[in-house]
Amino acid sequence: MKSTHLALLAALTSALLAGCASGVKLDDKPAPVENRSTGGTASNSGANNAGTSQSQVASVDLTKNAPAPASSVIYFDYDSYVVKDEFRPTIEAQAKSLSANKSKKVSVEGHTDERGGREYNLALGQKRAEAVVKSLELLGVSQSQVEAVSFGKERPAVQGSDEAAWAKNRRAEFNAK
Amino acid sequence: MLNRRHFSAASGLALCAPAFTPALAQFRVEIAGVGATQVPIAIAKFRDEDKTTQALSAIIRADLERAGVFRGIDTSVAIDETAQPVMGEWRTRGADALVAGSVTRLADGRFDVRFKLWDIVKGQELGGQSNAVQPADLRLAAHRIADYVYEKLTGDKGVFSTRIAYVTRTGSRYALRIADADGEGGQVALNSPEPIISPAWAPNGQELAYVSFEKQKAIVYVQSVATGERRVIANFRGSNSAPAWSPDSQTLALTLSRDGISQLYLMPRSGGEPKRITTSQAIDTEPVFTPDGRTLYFVSDRGGGPQVYRTPLGGGAVERVTFSGSYNISPSLSPDGRNLAYISRQGNAFRLYLMDLTNPGATPLALSDTSDDESPSFAPNGRLIIYASRAQGRDVLMTTTLDGKIKAKLVSTAADVREPMWGPYGR
Repeated sequence: MKSTHLALLAALTSALLAGCASGVKLDDKPAPVENRSTGGTASNSGANNAGTSQSQVASVDLTKNAPAPASSVIYFDYDSYVVKDEFRPTIEAQAKSLSANKSKKVSVEGHTDERGGREYNLALGQKRAEAVVKSLELLGVSQSQVEAVSFGKERPAVQGSDEAAWAKNRRAEFNAK
Repeated sequence: MLNRRHFSAASGLALCAPAFTPALAQFRVEIAGVGATQVPIAIAKFRDEDKTTQALSAIIRADLERAGVFRGIDTSVAIDETAQPVMGEWRTRGADALVAGSVTRLADGRFDVRFKLWDIVKGQELGGQSNAVQPADLRLAAHRIADYVYEKLTGDKGVFSTRIAYVTRTGSRYALRIADADGEGGQVALNSPEPIISPAWAPNGQELAYVSFEKQKAIVYVQSVATGERRVIANFRGSNSAPAWSPDSQTLALTLSRDGISQLYLMPRSGGEPKRITTSQAIDTEPVFTPDGRTLYFVSDRGGGPQVYRTPLGGGAVERVTFSGSYNISPSLSPDGRNLAYISRQGNAFRLYLMDLTNPGATPLALSDTSDDESPSFAPNGRLIIYASRAQGRDVLMTTTLDGKIKAKLVSTAADVREPMWGPYGR
């Protein structure tokens, strides 16, 4: 599910950058753009559809009628605030989407695993969210469009007290405001 | 919960409460451990207490036993405060002290609660009281008797008639509750579909500060206990959390991330412009005032992992307080400022520890052997600590004596219970 979203995002933003004219709504079908940087899983539809020219590039306008890029998630290592390279495409996609629509605002919500105190975890989650916001700002996103907030350990993505659950809960999420 | 006032009044008149009492019980209290010296005390059943909704003698006994310095003596002797107890007989039963009393329903619906306390060893009466109370205040009347007995026999003020604030989670519902110090008689101060953390009683007992996520971010509110009126104190960019009251109830210390990373600030209780207290490149959070209001203890990871530090508010150097262990959080100071309770990670366990601040060389004492302790808070007399822990897959509240020997577990039958904060004297 997640990798599909990432790939889709990458595909959509590539399409956006291509800047062509004909409109395709996000809820119709994925843009027929192959994206090699994310491993090619995005090109599972579109390119070979009957009736579509192989050289046509369809543009997607995220500012019109399209849902926000699906709420994406960035995962962190234990006791870490470093945004790992594998999540660069997610950050870049969010940055492009925000830069393309200056009226759009998102919360970056930091979360932690369940271990330790509630207040300290709230501060840790905040630090993760701030790290993501800094990455966005480095890509040109306006400070007024993003707010780093934290839920600490109060809103785990998954229940459980093992490393598998903890790894899924150490995260930052993007949520439209 | 069910409206306790109405319920108690109705059943008080009907004299048939017992069938409903279990549904009202918020907690099951389990007491474990043996103190070094425990005064054996007999608390005779109060005459006509069966005609009320509350088992007064059992409430008094449970209060005193939870305090760690008393041991209840079973007795079925029917006496009240008008009796002339035969000291020799009570000595034979093993009691060093005796409480006897009665409850009488008055014409206006109130109950007259009377009791007397005897020192069996010295063979003398130590005093007694008579109080007319509303049916809804019968539990409070019992707690006040326990306070009286505790103070007469130990010289310390009792805390049984104080209250605690805590948070319950039932599924995806959260509630900030206020209950008697024994966990009973809980009333909801705030219901929310989003998490609530870090309740903090104002020392004057009139207001509670807390962090609510109801607006999808951490915002600090202050709420009047008596009226329920609430106001936003801190809703700045980022997270607003960890409120703590100054001793005069006029100022709040809190953690704000509005300048990038979580730092400590002071704000007037009415809100306004925060004054930044710490300027570090690391997380600073969980402030608490010293009893003289001149210093903040807090948690910082400026040295790597989180440790307890203190900073004078009048200017001066920040000092590190905890040194053993790589993760020490959630400081709470005793009312006399001599003891520091905090949570320390030992391996994978998070445990309640106590440090004697008057003896910096002393090794901190582990007060628990559980592994998920959180949020310690001292009773206003400094003799007990309440904290959160986990047992049988549930969030529970615990109280412990400062030597760690007597513990009471407050287990809710229906909810996770967490984030306890012991309220001040008076209500």
